[in-house]
Amino acid sequence: MLLIDCPYCGQRPEIEFAYGGEAHLARPPDPSALSDEQWAEYLYMRSNPKGRHAERWRHVHGCGRFFNAVRDTVSDFFVTTYKVGAARPDAAAMPKAAE
Amino acid sequence: MISSLRTESGGRIDRTHPLRFTFDGRAHYGFAGDTLASALLADGVHLVGRSFKYHRPRGILSAGSDEPNALVTIARDIARTAPNLRATQVELYQGLAAESQNRWPSLGFDVGIVNDALAPLLPAGFYYKTFKWPAWAWHKLYEPAIRAAAGLGRAPTRPDPDRYANRFAHCDVLVIGAGPAGLAAALVAADAGARVILCDEQAEPGGSLLAESSAMIDGRPAQAWLADTIAALGRTRRVTLLPRTTAFGYFAHNMVGLAERVTDHLAAPPPHLPRERLWQVRAKEVVLAAGALERPLVFRNNDRPGVMLADAARTYLARYGVRVGRRVVIATAHDSGYRAALALHAGGVAIAAIADVRAEPGAAAEAARAVGLAVRAGSVVATTGGRRRVAWAGLMPVGGGAVEAVPCDALLMCGGWTPSVHLFSQSRGKLRFEPDLQAFVPNLSVERERSAGACRGVFGLAAALADGAAAGEAAAKAAGHGGAKAPRVASDAAGFGSGGMLGLAEGVAATKAFVDFQNDVTAKDVKLATREGFRSIEHVKRYTTTGMATDQGKTSNMNALGIVAASLDTSIPQVGLTTFRMPYTPVTFGSFAGLARGDLFEPVRRTPIHDRAAAQGAVFENVGQWQRARYFPRDGEDMHAAVARECLAVRTGVGVFDGSTLGKIEIVGRDAAEFLNRMYVNAWSKLGIGRCRYGILCREDGFVADDGVVGRLAADRFHVTTTTGGAARVLAMMEDYLQTEWPELEVWLTSITEQWAVIAVQGPRAREVLAPLVEGLDISRAAFPHMSVAECQVAGVTARLFRVSFTGELGFEINVPAGHGAAVWDSVVAAGQAHGIVPYGTEAMHVLRAEKGYIIVGQETDGTATPDDAGVGWAVAKSKPDFVGKRSLARAAMAAAGRRQLVGLLTEDPHLVLEEGAQLVDDPQQAVPMRLLGHVTSAYFSASLGHSIALAMLADGRARQGSRLFVPMPGGAIPVQVTAPVFYDPQGVRLDA
Repeated sequence: MLLIDCPYCGQRPEIEFAYGGEAHLARPPDPSALSDEQWAEYLYMRSNPKGRHAERWRHVHGCGRFFNAVRDTVSDFFVTTYKVGAARPDAAAMPKAAE
Repeated sequence: MISSLRTESGGRIDRTHPLRFTFDGRAHYGFAGDTLASALLADGVHLVGRSFKYHRPRGILSAGSDEPNALVTIARDIARTAPNLRATQVELYQGLAAESQNRWPSLGFDVGIVNDALAPLLPAGFYYKTFKWPAWAWHKLYEPAIRAAAGLGRAPTRPDPDRYANRFAHCDVLVIGAGPAGLAAALVAADAGARVILCDEQAEPGGSLLAESSAMIDGRPAQAWLADTIAALGRTRRVTLLPRTTAFGYFAHNMVGLAERVTDHLAAPPPHLPRERLWQVRAKEVVLAAGALERPLVFRNNDRPGVMLADAARTYLARYGVRVGRRVVIATAHDSGYRAALALHAGGVAIAAIADVRAEPGAAAEAARAVGLAVRAGSVVATTGGRRRVAWAGLMPVGGGAVEAVPCDALLMCGGWTPSVHLFSQSRGKLRFEPDLQAFVPNLSVERERSAGACRGVFGLAAALADGAAAGEAAAKAAGHGGAKAPRVASDAAGFGSGGMLGLAEGVAATKAFVDFQNDVTAKDVKLATREGFRSIEHVKRYTTTGMATDQGKTSNMNALGIVAASLDTSIPQVGLTTFRMPYTPVTFGSFAGLARGDLFEPVRRTPIHDRAAAQGAVFENVGQWQRARYFPRDGEDMHAAVARECLAVRTGVGVFDGSTLGKIEIVGRDAAEFLNRMYVNAWSKLGIGRCRYGILCREDGFVADDGVVGRLAADRFHVTTTTGGAARVLAMMEDYLQTEWPELEVWLTSITEQWAVIAVQGPRAREVLAPLVEGLDISRAAFPHMSVAECQVAGVTARLFRVSFTGELGFEINVPAGHGAAVWDSVVAAGQAHGIVPYGTEAMHVLRAEKGYIIVGQETDGTATPDDAGVGWAVAKSKPDFVGKRSLARAAMAAAGRRQLVGLLTEDPHLVLEEGAQLVDDPQQAVPMRLLGHVTSAYFSASLGHSIALAMLADGRARQGSRLFVPMPGGAIPVQVTAPVFYDPQGVRLDA
């Protein structure tokens, strides 16, 4: 069971959280202005990387807040977690092999 | 009465505390401190079971959890019966009753032994090759027969009456294994200030120290040091010491599963204690001190009772005061075989011969020769003889030659030591092969753990103590408890020596030379697999089943690897290693289930009115976790009759319904209306205070996600209802958008599902029932029209009163604080008596809403229906610039021809009720597969109409109204008329009554 560091509550077990998919996909301000292809790109296309993945989690059985995390999809270890609205930390600023 | 095989003194048994037990009904005696295995061996019993496939007689191989043969059933009573327990781990108690397994009619004479005679016909892959034809026979004939013949113990059929507990724990340092390395690690880590959990699978901590009779530690005899150390750890509040606790699984982020056997060793388990306790430990740092497992040697008939591991024999003598035989032959490939020889020799056991596969055994052999033991260097066991117990060992030179039968009553073997890397591997750590040790050892860690002692190939007491202390210090420091320096734990113990081999020695036959004792896999089977082309060890494993038994190949994997490497003429690291899987030893289902059984299996949600409905005779149904009143049968009524009566009452008089499970969300704040505008397809800005609207919620892909009535209580306050099953999902979806897309909106979302009880009063006489109960509100037709909401007093309780209807009749939904729900229900029922009020359940509710063509999201819709498909396109505010799903609804495909649309169906036979899920076709004579036009989503008999009705999703459904279609069923095609989905009061005049 993963141990997840909620930016608001601290480390909690995985069962308190709900996964929320890829992070930093802002809903377009005016969807009507988009072509079908552009809309499909927003709605369905995901990066699905092997390695570091910025993703959303919600501490649903805790504070209820959404936050973002960078998780390594190979090792399943979290590199970092951060609040909604904060930019994705650049690779250089992230711990090398956080656990 | 002490058996002559029992020593007069020594060991950790209590000779003043004899215990009676039975094995296959025969009485035996042992002592407190014995295991079942040690007590049987003390009585000269080696034959304890029959093998899995060939039913060969099997004895006790080991002294620990690696035991593959001695599996027994322990029965306290018919329900408290545990099969497949390792006799080497079963602690003796007064009256213990053990049974052998997989034999019929008896252990001594077993009919299944015929399989052994047929063994040449039953090689690896036999089942795959043989039982292929005819196809039907596998399930009906072959598999049942094979399962009956092969196998282990039988599971009890009665429910498990015992209790199982579950505990979560956190610590700085979890030390797994309380042998010398683990004890040293725990001692040092605790001294440094770390919170430590120390677990060990055995009845008492100590590991190899429990069988240590000569070494000194810190100037004291090892046993005294052990006692002092346990006492010291016990006095330290930071330390939790868990004996009888197996670390069975290493999970992500240093979560380790421990299975604690709490009462299995007690003659009379106290009722307040659980039988087992599952620990889920989250450790900052883990120290693995799991020790090493002695390897068997592979030779013909190496599975005969009396053939056992050499160090196990030494353990039985030193720890339990049991001589495993009177005259033994020792076959070894490792110096530790001599340690066993010397100990047994000193314990009064005759050593007939020591066969060492090595040509030059070195100093260890010299020490044995010095006390007069016969050492044969370069010698191996070719085969063994005897009936149900080994009677002689056939020794021969390595490479082949004359076989000399050396009489013995036990044959002790040591092929070397395999570090127990199971948990390390489970943690996804990477191993490396150490040629000097002929073993895989931990190399690269993934989790925050470190191995210490024999489990990482550091052998010998002194080295293990030092390694454990260093690991304890490092773990404590990594967990934030630096400073303390590891004290030196000094021991004068002699070196452990070296040696070891894998697989078959040169010249030794592979036939009936067992590699995996528990799954009956021989060296010949493994070689056959490589001859048949299997190269990957993972494939060899699955084909031969070697290492796949409940012992997880503890004693067999390395020998199988050695044989595969030799057969393929390659190196061990190139062959690789199979994956180590949890559990390390079997864990009961009870342990995993814990308290989540029976009534506690899943939470049950009951409404505040549940007891009233039960008192009125309701039959309940489960809706998610909710229990809802389905119908209220009166004397002699079946469901059909009750539902018909309840429906007619609502249509002609008045009914009362518990709608408390309805999902409810309060949306409050300056931007509440704007938030609803963005979430729901409807327009909300112009919804007046005190008015309600039916809302549709789509997902971003444009498909209907949920629906419900939304009432506006104030400019900045909405009372939103959702489907019963969708409440949590809808709230999560709203929170998602609010928190992550529109954080600028000043809106608060609160689940109020359980705060409000909902009592629906529906029917032409609803107002007459309710009016006398309402204070502070005029509920007349003009003052409180359909789709109104207001706060008022109902039966003296502050209420939110909605004038809404899911039945098509004049209706009210009274929301009162949950604690008042039952009382208000009582008041409504009392007030309704004069009007013939009838409580109705979910079944009648479904019929009533279907008569009106009201959809249920999830029943009419399936996640691919747009609002227009579902017949509620009128709710979509197309003029709004944006809402969730709007862009997707603008896609051409969402309005294309051929989409399935909501329609009604009428059968030509008015009493025939269609099956929900049945398909619709235009030509029932067409060839299969037919072209399917749609399916039935709801179907009921409508008592009000005297006719069955159905709702369906049908391709181009609205255009097909008036046409005739068919529902193909096993009994023939049923003709139906396609109609509008509203069967009752299409103009809706009754709503406005």
